[in-house]
Amino acid sequence: MPCNQRTTAAVLAAALFFLPEGHTAPPAPRDGDWPMATLDYANTRYSPLTQVDARNVSSLKVEFTFSTGVARGQEAAPIIVGDTMYIVTPFPNVVYALDLSRPGAPTKWKYESRPRPPAQGVACCDVVNRGVVFWEGRIIFNTLDGRTIALDANDGKRLWETQLADINIGETITMAPMVVKGKVLVGNSGGEFGVRGWLVALDAKTGKTAWKAWSTGPDSDVLIGPAFKPYYASERGKDLGKTTWPPDAWKIGGGTVWGWISYDPKLDLIYYGTGNAGPWNAEQRPGDNKWTAGMFARDPDDGQARWFYQFSPHDLFDYDAINESVLVDLNINGQLRPVIVRPERNGYLYVMDRATGQLLSADAFVPVNAIDRVDLKTGRPHWNTEKQPSSGKVTRQICPAAPGAKDWNPSAWSPQTGLLYVPHNNLCMDWQPNEVNYIAGTPYVGADAVYYAGPGGNRGLFTAWDPVARKAAWQIREDLPVWSGTLTTAGGLVFYGTMDGWFKAVDARSGKLLWQFKTDSGIIGQPVSYRGPDGRQYIAVLSGIGGWPGAVVVNNLDTRDATAAAGWGSALPDLKDRTTAGGTLYVFSLPR
Amino acid sequence: MSSRCRVELVALVTAMALIASGCDRERRAYHQAPEGTNPGPALTDFQPGSPQPKVASAIGQQYQQNAYHITQGGRLYRWFNCNGCHNNGGGGIGPALMDDQWRYGGSIDQIHSSIIEGRPNGMPAWHGKLTDMQAWQIAAYVRAMSGNVSKAAAPSRREGLAATPPFTQVPEQPPRGSEASAQSPPPQ
Repeated sequence: MPCNQRTTAAVLAAALFFLPEGHTAPPAPRDGDWPMATLDYANTRYSPLTQVDARNVSSLKVEFTFSTGVARGQEAAPIIVGDTMYIVTPFPNVVYALDLSRPGAPTKWKYESRPRPPAQGVACCDVVNRGVVFWEGRIIFNTLDGRTIALDANDGKRLWETQLADINIGETITMAPMVVKGKVLVGNSGGEFGVRGWLVALDAKTGKTAWKAWSTGPDSDVLIGPAFKPYYASERGKDLGKTTWPPDAWKIGGGTVWGWISYDPKLDLIYYGTGNAGPWNAEQRPGDNKWTAGMFARDPDDGQARWFYQFSPHDLFDYDAINESVLVDLNINGQLRPVIVRPERNGYLYVMDRATGQLLSADAFVPVNAIDRVDLKTGRPHWNTEKQPSSGKVTRQICPAAPGAKDWNPSAWSPQTGLLYVPHNNLCMDWQPNEVNYIAGTPYVGADAVYYAGPGGNRGLFTAWDPVARKAAWQIREDLPVWSGTLTTAGGLVFYGTMDGWFKAVDARSGKLLWQFKTDSGIIGQPVSYRGPDGRQYIAVLSGIGGWPGAVVVNNLDTRDATAAAGWGSALPDLKDRTTAGGTLYVFSLPR
Repeated sequence: MSSRCRVELVALVTAMALIASGCDRERRAYHQAPEGTNPGPALTDFQPGSPQPKVASAIGQQYQQNAYHITQGGRLYRWFNCNGCHNNGGGGIGPALMDDQWRYGGSIDQIHSSIIEGRPNGMPAWHGKLTDMQAWQIAAYVRAMSGNVSKAAAPSRREGLAATPPFTQVPEQPPRGSEASAQSPPPQ
């Protein structure tokens, strides 16, 4: 029977009408996709794909490349759902959809978000973006000038846009959003600009704000209510987000939310960390400075806080606590416990009960002298009084340096080995606080810092950490800080990149180097793995130096100033000779 | 025609022209020369036609030869958080100030202008937040970072951590390009 157009249209309309809302069969992520930067809610970055393994990885070859057109720090994870890959560039935040079903993965669509150029002047650490997220047929991402935008994943048409951050007070957004129970979770950046941190939940369908949780201020602003039951006494009390600060200092006190979010569906809790207290000069803010440099567990529906733990109370050295919380169940002292494993900026690797926030262990994973030990009974770190900074005085040899034992760049967890693969720094520093004025929209820092290699002379480390044995299983010394993310696969492999452009695969059990490829620029991006439409396994990473340390290259800094890039000048005088700016996607696979 | 008659005729024609012009719309000055002698600092030495000498303002010269102003500039450089972006001259969020590369020109007039007016990719406009004198003082201090002030006037120690060589030992690095055709007034 020939097709009657009118009948077809009527049937289609009827079908659409009778489909209940939310069941319009949006493309759902499958096994082998990589739908969010963290891969999963637990933040494992563990790909179940096994085609590429320790025996054949040495024959890995470039399948295709793609220029992002932006030669700035590429910190984003490529996102793959079905036959499409989605990538977002650093400022000016262009989103590309690449068609993986066709040879060379041509562009399907692109979306130019056109952020306001002055946003570049309030982005502390290069104009980076850490990735888009896929949710029910939508691509959702943030722009440097503070907007969250949802696009139709099929054609790149804008569905909604919500302005959240204000560059005139120094706010930007660089984090990769995450969608939990239909809510887009977005936090601000700007901890070096005296902003007040927040996490917002937007309705993923409309972009309307569902709730907003501030990181400082009265309990009503922080969404602390009767359900708030922190494990340790020092987190209990009324309006601590106000009373642990000098008057009004909490309004410009930082605690920004620019890192990773985890979600435990069983406990129905989201976990995320808060950034450094502002300004860096701690003498201007006596007190614990709640709720900065710690982590919250919250109810995703209403945002109400359940518990909080502060890794660095009265943060002395820019120890943001925005790093990833990896959710795993571990056998600890003969008992299977739901835990969070967290390599912190302050140099300690924490294992915590994720239902209660109780510390189970906290061990230094680099040489640390800023904090002597963490008291598991009180939960408090013991700051080393010898390294206590004071205005106008240089304190030398503080370890770890302000960029921390580990910065934003995420670890990966392999259930095969029970190891956490941590890309990180080995840096110490000299530090001199100075009085600083708050002027909205300008940096609010108040410290001169000079970073340099820690014990051993290598500036970077890549560590496989056993959180049960509480020690490193193996460690790779890298000359430059490791600023890339990590990928681990069921093929028994671990991938990471170096700031001089090497993309490496090492054996997950031994750390033995099995394969490496030199890309055109330094790697600070997040490697991912996916199964292509042809059924083959691919490994993808964005190459392009930048970020906080890479500003030395992309902003052409003068490293005769040891404090260039807020302290990297002294640590990376050789970086401009080791790499040049770039912005290229590399996709690898085994020969056909 | 007598000369007197000619004068009367000219006066009449002029009067008529004046009356007629009164009925015209507002006259637009398409070809008038710009007013004033100082057009302000240009951001480039590229110009149509043959190069014309640019004259740097004398006021800027006074600031970069004066030890008090340069030192005050150093204090204000921190007071107004310039170091938050440019650190001690090596740059960070903003560009380096101790080298010879200048996006918007490295003469003291141009630096003063960048401070007051701001620049589109992130430099805030300080107009209304700084006095004109403060902006000149900061500009003089910024020039000191690349060795472009009088060595006799440069401060021998700087604020904060000793992160760079002393100003008195910084080699002079004249701005590349942008200032090539600028003529400084003779020293007074």
